[in-house]
Amino acid sequence: MSPNRTKTRNAVPGTGTTTGGPGTRRRKYAPIFAALGDETRLAIVTKLANGKPSSIAHLTEGTHVTRQAITKHLHVLEKAHIVRSTRSGRESLFALDPEPIREAGEFVELMSKRWDEALLRLKSLVED
Amino acid sequence: MSDCIEKQIELKAPISRVWRAITDHREFGTWFKVNLEGPFVPGEVSRGKMTHPGYEHVTWTAVVKELKPETLFSFTWHPYAIDPNVDYSNEPQTVIEFRLSEVNGGTLLVITECGFDKIPADRRAEAFRMDEKGWAAQLKNIEKHVS
Repeated sequence: MSPNRTKTRNAVPGTGTTTGGPGTRRRKYAPIFAALGDETRLAIVTKLANGKPSSIAHLTEGTHVTRQAITKHLHVLEKAHIVRSTRSGRESLFALDPEPIREAGEFVELMSKRWDEALLRLKSLVED
Repeated sequence: MSDCIEKQIELKAPISRVWRAITDHREFGTWFKVNLEGPFVPGEVSRGKMTHPGYEHVTWTAVVKELKPETLFSFTWHPYAIDPNVDYSNEPQTVIEFRLSEVNGGTLLVITECGFDKIPADRRAEAFRMDEKGWAAQLKNIEKHVS
């Protein structure tokens, strides 16, 4: 979890703290959804879901996909900030950052809750 | 992960009643908690002040798409566009559809809202901040009501 996002999350209501202020990276959900909309990448995310950083070699194991393809998919995930890479000696290790996926889901959940509340009011209006 | 919300509800009321409740701008306003300035007209902007506790400062804006009598009502909007200091006009919108059908002597209402994948991520944090405010105001209302 990046410290930057933690700060945003804990912003005190009503203090006028603005999100997306100077220096805050403005991201879109689209790359997150797009990055997850692929079977191979979804498989990579599933493999990384145990929280352990993995090498490209490890992620290629047991798949019918080439090392090059896995590398390409990892870059897509990295660009969407779903996966982060660190260097360990000569090889790169890739780890999952669960935050973006959770954020995208939570927003939709909140909107969903809003509809539930509105529909209950609609129900009592038409059924009375 | 889906970028759509889908809600279904069976209402014990005739389809004509439900149609009126969702397409008459005054009736829509009572359950959606917005004070709309005028009737819904396809292709035109619908606007009004929110009446939802905690959101009274927000102007609700939508663009009406379709009005197929007793069948389909649709519009587009900026979900959670509640910060008066932010210009949302250049951001993508979600599409909301209300579909009606007769079922068991009542009405089945299916609502879908699609297009969340295009919404800026930093809106999420804002939504949560504002949501807390909204809930606090709701709780106060309940407290007033029961005391």
